[in-house]
Amino acid sequence: MNSGLLIGLLLLLSFLAPFTRRYLNNLAGPLYAIVPVAGIIYYLRALPVILKGEVITESYKWIPVYDINLSFYIDGFGILFSLLILGIGAFILIYAGKYMVPYPMKGRFMGYLILFMAAMLGIVVSGNLITMFVFWELTSISSYLLIGYHHEKPEARTAALQALLITGFGGLALLGGFVLLGLPYGTYELSTILADPEPIRSSVLYLPALILILLGAFTKSAQFPFHFWLPGAMTAPSPVSAFLHSATMVKAGVFLLARLNPVMGDTQIWHILLTTFGTVTMVMGAWFSITQTDLKKILAYTTVSALGTLVLLIGTGTQYAINAAIIFLLVHALYKGTLFMMAGNIEKMTGTRDITKLGGLFKEMPVAAIVMSLALVSMAGIPPMLGFVGKELIYEATSLAPTSRYLILLAAFFTNSVLVFLSLRLSLDVFWGKRSDYQKKPFDPYVALMAGPVVLVLLSLLLGLFPANLAAPLTAMAITSVSPGHVAVGLKLWHGFNLVLLLSALTLFTGYFMYRYKRMILEHSGSINLRYFAREFSNGFVAAVDGFLHFTKKQTSRIQHGYHRFYLMTVFAVASVLVWVMIWRADPIILELNFADMPLNLVAVVVLIIAAALSAVISHSRVIALVAMGVIGFGISIIFIAFSGVDLAITMIMVEVLMVILAMAVLYHLPKYAKYSESGARMRDGLVASLVGAFMMVLVLQAGTTQMSEPISSFFKEASYSEAFGRNVVNVILVDFRALDTLGEISVIAIAALGIFSMIKLSKRKEI
Amino acid sequence: MLLLLAVLIGVLYGSAVYLLLRRNIFKLVLGLIFLGYATNLLLFVASGLTSGYPAFIRNLEGETATMSDPLPQALILTAIVIGLGVTAFALVLVYRFYSVTGTVDLDELSENE
Amino acid sequence: MESVILQIAARHMRPILIVLSLVVLYRGHNEPGGGFIGGLMLGAAFILYAMAFGVSKTQKSISFSPVTMTALGLLIALLSGVPALFSGSPFMTGEWITLFQHTVVELKLGTPLLFDVGVYLTVAGMLMLVMFSIMED
Repeated sequence: MNSGLLIGLLLLLSFLAPFTRRYLNNLAGPLYAIVPVAGIIYYLRALPVILKGEVITESYKWIPVYDINLSFYIDGFGILFSLLILGIGAFILIYAGKYMVPYPMKGRFMGYLILFMAAMLGIVVSGNLITMFVFWELTSISSYLLIGYHHEKPEARTAALQALLITGFGGLALLGGFVLLGLPYGTYELSTILADPEPIRSSVLYLPALILILLGAFTKSAQFPFHFWLPGAMTAPSPVSAFLHSATMVKAGVFLLARLNPVMGDTQIWHILLTTFGTVTMVMGAWFSITQTDLKKILAYTTVSALGTLVLLIGTGTQYAINAAIIFLLVHALYKGTLFMMAGNIEKMTGTRDITKLGGLFKEMPVAAIVMSLALVSMAGIPPMLGFVGKELIYEATSLAPTSRYLILLAAFFTNSVLVFLSLRLSLDVFWGKRSDYQKKPFDPYVALMAGPVVLVLLSLLLGLFPANLAAPLTAMAITSVSPGHVAVGLKLWHGFNLVLLLSALTLFTGYFMYRYKRMILEHSGSINLRYFAREFSNGFVAAVDGFLHFTKKQTSRIQHGYHRFYLMTVFAVASVLVWVMIWRADPIILELNFADMPLNLVAVVVLIIAAALSAVISHSRVIALVAMGVIGFGISIIFIAFSGVDLAITMIMVEVLMVILAMAVLYHLPKYAKYSESGARMRDGLVASLVGAFMMVLVLQAGTTQMSEPISSFFKEASYSEAFGRNVVNVILVDFRALDTLGEISVIAIAALGIFSMIKLSKRKEI
Repeated sequence: MLLLLAVLIGVLYGSAVYLLLRRNIFKLVLGLIFLGYATNLLLFVASGLTSGYPAFIRNLEGETATMSDPLPQALILTAIVIGLGVTAFALVLVYRFYSVTGTVDLDELSENE
Repeated sequence: MESVILQIAARHMRPILIVLSLVVLYRGHNEPGGGFIGGLMLGAAFILYAMAFGVSKTQKSISFSPVTMTALGLLIALLSGVPALFSGSPFMTGEWITLFQHTVVELKLGTPLLFDVGVYLTVAGMLMLVMFSIMED
């Protein structure tokens, strides 16, 4: 087993899932989960090597010319992420297998989920920037398909499109950033780039590359001002929210920042951008989560807030900050995955996920109540859950932040207080208090729906109880690969009495206080939102997209106006101007007017053709047009024969006869010429036509007096009889030397004939 | 002679372009036919004018040098026949156009949209 | 349009034109002529007949439809390229066999000639298909 094979297996499974799901029925979820579980076993067996600080690499040639390889680079950080993706993914598959039972197209849904898992795993184990980009885009696409799963609902389609447009835009920027990053190195291989930050740091490309990569990471990780797609994406089924929008996809941006931290990080501009946007996103997410009533929307906004925290921590970049980021990443994935799955369960059991309509569920759903409350304890940062360790580290890191320490500390304090408040609310208001009326009688969910939440919460508890023995080694290996200079700080539950503990206590108190006076808090924050944030960000985005579409539509209708004459005229006018400029700049043609080589009979033919052409143009009679056609055709065949084109002349005569007959047959059915254009339009067209005619004339004179190089015809002349046994060179070229071309040409003729045949015969059949 | 033929080709191209810019769809097809004439003649003239030496092997001394260039002729020959096919297609299209829309004015079609 | 002169002319011209087109086709390799010209002549022979007697009568007088003829022509042209593959040459390389050789006269047959037959049939079939369709309408 290796990473390439694992991703290949997942892709294969995602392709097979839609066809096999109906036969496997309820067993589908657990059976599909075998593949990620196999992946977990593989990575766990590789763990001892990684723990020693080594890196596992694999590489398959893909487009070697451009140094694009399917390479994999598995270090401590990558393996931690892989285990998260596969672990949560396996439970999500089991969960989704049960959860999706009432919905149609379950197989396809499972396929998308597995496709996403493969893509996400691809991002975290990629060893080549371009490969990583490909997987990155694959996550965007599969998330689009997943969010839009209920495609019959317009809001699901809007949300899916919004997520796709924003992450797709970010992905495009990211590709640009990756190319710029690869330029100073001359390679896209991560192992080379991570080994030495110097080339990009000293390059002028650093800033543009950084901005483009940040655009990619910020859109994916829902940072302000791109955050709004994440709450919108809550229209997706709960397994999707639990998997993509809590633990994995939205963390891809954070992953990328952490991954590139050794190369791009630790510069002034990096600190400023990341801490600013991270802090703003953190506070804003927390603020908007207060007034939400939809369970999943609350969780979505706290996720936005958590992502902001992670960006802030990575931007701070100190030893404590990196430690805090890694731990918090793990903490958040564990509790948020649980909470989203539980939100889905609650909706399934009660028919609603509006917290104002929930309450008193403890009696009917005791297990669910305990599991969800434990996860909320972790979110609130209360011991003994791992969340406590995470929150302590965040305070530790922010209180030691090099710049704007107090501002950031205040923001973190506010955010954590809100988290405590929300934890209390989600636990007490849902499971205790007054029992609401439900459409159906709730009960504790099935095993398949509870397996994931239970295991994740227990994991959170275990890691929290024994941080030094279990969590520390995992994070230690991740930290060395994210920030090579730094070592892991010791993790423990009890830090002794210090500033951090004081802050924790204050946070709990504030959160409780907020819960106590929640009616007042909700009222006030609601009115502030109404006054200052009435226009939602997503509305602004929709307006921008609509405006762009409107603009392009207008632009298109202006350029694509539908009048063929003006298209043609544009082409002709532009072409003649360009050619005239070239003629004017070229050497003048020296013309020798020699009347001796002008036989009188040919002169007469030429004059006749010219007269016929002009009369066809001027005349209002259709018969004259037909006669003119015939005259021109016969005249040209005389010219052919005068200058040694025997076969041409014969062909031309035959074709001419047929063409005139044909034109006559069609013209017979058409009305007489009518005068359509004004004389002004005629003058204008006449001018364009004369310009084109005149430059074609000059071109003929140029072509007739220049000989570029030896024509290839001399070969045909030599070889015609000796090799192809034919004396008629023209014919030999047609049927032997260039026979394949002729085959193509007669195919065109046959297709034209079939087209005519069907136009006439088939339309007739319809009329009957 | 080249000058004379150049004028002829110029006139043919000019008439073709003028006809292509008409609103009557039949004139448009007529313009296409004229464009075909002009281009065939252009290719023929551009390959050099040779009187009295068609491209046939007679096994004479030094005949390949004086012989007319066969390759453009082969090109033009197929172009003529394909031109016939395409023109026939276009003419039938015009016929169908008229029997469906009842007009030969192309602008009327755009305005109806 | 019933013209006795045209009908008599067409009746007698058709076999002559058909034979002539075959001659033009065969001698095309060495003299003016070839598949394109021969095909046009063959098509003209039947179109002339159709103009004199009408399309349905013409189609009754021949045992094949123009569509078949076009398709057959394309097929022959395509197949003429195949023999070259057996001798290891690229598709559509000319292969020749000498049937009869004498100091004055020699008769050679080759795939290019077969190809020309394909062109001949396609062009004639196309002409007939188009003209018959329009004249019938």
